[in-house]
Amino acid sequence: MNNDLVKLKKFSQKIRIDILNMVNDAQSSHIGSCYSIVEIIVSLYCKILYVDPENLSDVNRDKFLLSKAHGSCALYATLAELNFFPLENLKKYYVDGGILPGHLDKTVCPGVEHSLGSLGHGLPVGVGLSFANNLDNNKGQIYVLIGDGECNEGTIWEAALFAGHHKLNNLTVIVDFNKIQSFGDVDDILTLDPFGKKWESFGWDVVEIDGHDFQQLIDAFMLPHKKPKVIIAHTVKGKGVSFMENSLDWHYKSPNTQQYEDALKELMILK
Amino acid sequence: MRTTFVNTLTELARKDERIFLITADMGFSVFEGFREEFPDRFLNTGIAEQNTIGIAAGLALSNKIVYAYSIIPFITMRCFEQIRLDLAYNNTNVKLVGVGAGFTYGPMGSSHHAIEDIAIMRSIPNMTVLCPGDPFETEELVKRSYENYGPMYIRLGKNGEPTIHKNKNRIEIGDPITVTEGNDLIILTTSNTLELAKNWVDEWSDEGIKVNLVSLPTIKPINVPSIQKLIDRDIPMITLEEHSIIGGLGSTISEIIAESGKGIKFKRLGICDSFSHHVGGSKFQRKKLNILQKPDKSWFFK
Repeated sequence: MNNDLVKLKKFSQKIRIDILNMVNDAQSSHIGSCYSIVEIIVSLYCKILYVDPENLSDVNRDKFLLSKAHGSCALYATLAELNFFPLENLKKYYVDGGILPGHLDKTVCPGVEHSLGSLGHGLPVGVGLSFANNLDNNKGQIYVLIGDGECNEGTIWEAALFAGHHKLNNLTVIVDFNKIQSFGDVDDILTLDPFGKKWESFGWDVVEIDGHDFQQLIDAFMLPHKKPKVIIAHTVKGKGVSFMENSLDWHYKSPNTQQYEDALKELMILK
Repeated sequence: MRTTFVNTLTELARKDERIFLITADMGFSVFEGFREEFPDRFLNTGIAEQNTIGIAAGLALSNKIVYAYSIIPFITMRCFEQIRLDLAYNNTNVKLVGVGAGFTYGPMGSSHHAIEDIAIMRSIPNMTVLCPGDPFETEELVKRSYENYGPMYIRLGKNGEPTIHKNKNRIEIGDPITVTEGNDLIILTTSNTLELAKNWVDEWSDEGIKVNLVSLPTIKPINVPSIQKLIDRDIPMITLEEHSIIGGLGSTISEIIAESGKGIKFKRLGICDSFSHHVGGSKFQRKKLNILQKPDKSWFFK
């Protein structure tokens, strides 16, 4: 494996440990939803996005929206590790007197573009950002990460229709397709199949990849596109900790002492 | 009011290229001129109001001053949570413009009646609620909406409302406007009932009854000290609005009276807590529902 990919893996490992500590300290939920998107967020912030703490007022910079904002810890940890705000703020997640709420609040967290938390909001806002950039000839690309369950929301499809019609070629959506939503399996509740074809019929370029494979992620992001692009990222809910993987429980549960230690032990090994 | 709105916005747009008009497929015979003059600053998002609000927020985050237009129920209620989060919580510079106050679209049926919009919009933090009552108030408040940052809701009637105000002084957000002076009764009104109130006041005036008529085109932020001064006059007070008596002007004023520690003779005139199944225009609806009827003078005049 090349050096670059090893670095990304090591960084992801750090993010997963940050998340574990945050969720454990706060005894909060959604660790499984965070673990499925770590590689997506890390590849974006380390390899793709033209954004850093110093260029936030640059109209040509890129913008990222985490529409499935219950995965906030993954973004908080990445932003903190990349110096958007002090690392010690991660200890102030979800606790009484804290700074970082369970869902995104841009007023307390530099690097967060838009406060989100209710599903189906990020994509319409991203579409607005993308439309404005095209209109003003700004170079910035817009990236929106949505959940598979989130695709139950009508606004996803309202926005998809609009983006396809207007050929928003500066817009990329990533779907965290981990196959589990709030109260069961996606296929049992509201199947998305044929998922790729749906997007395609709405006028989008579609790429399907393994959402934990850095090379595939980077290649998918780099693919040029004349229409809006959706990257359907096949992921594993709870990825990285064996007993959390593919389990609905870890959409809600927070670890007890033994589970915390077991998870930490697994995460310390670079896979 | 709608013509005044689009004319005022067009003038502002000529001076400031940040102004952007977005519509959820409404505006036939209203926005053609704007679209022609500013093709890059006009966007029809299609009949998808929730997406419209999200896009409006995205445009506002990209340094545009966005006016989002539709019929009131569709631009306030269909997309309420988008308004709450993407506009109010995120404090984006988007102005919602709704046409069809109260029973303006009376014959269209209850889906098109706007009787709860003030109540829901004024309950959202960060939201300013503007309800002009005539073309002059409309022009002034559309200008103020442009000059002041933040999410706002502008409630319009439709067209053909007469200009009530003779005095054309600048109106700031929050200003109450005294239309007539008087010591027998205070009438507070907002939005499309200003004309009705003025008619009553003129009729009573002929009988020697003098009414202090105050127009309140800003419902939020409500000007508490001004209302307090009116309460302190200790004369009977009526609120008049083509909106539910729950949550609108009547409720707003009641809240101030309740906390003032003073008891005054007070009546809310508005739409009782019901949908209308009657077919007909605004005046017809008022009569048929027996609402917004001129009070008997014996209620306040001895």
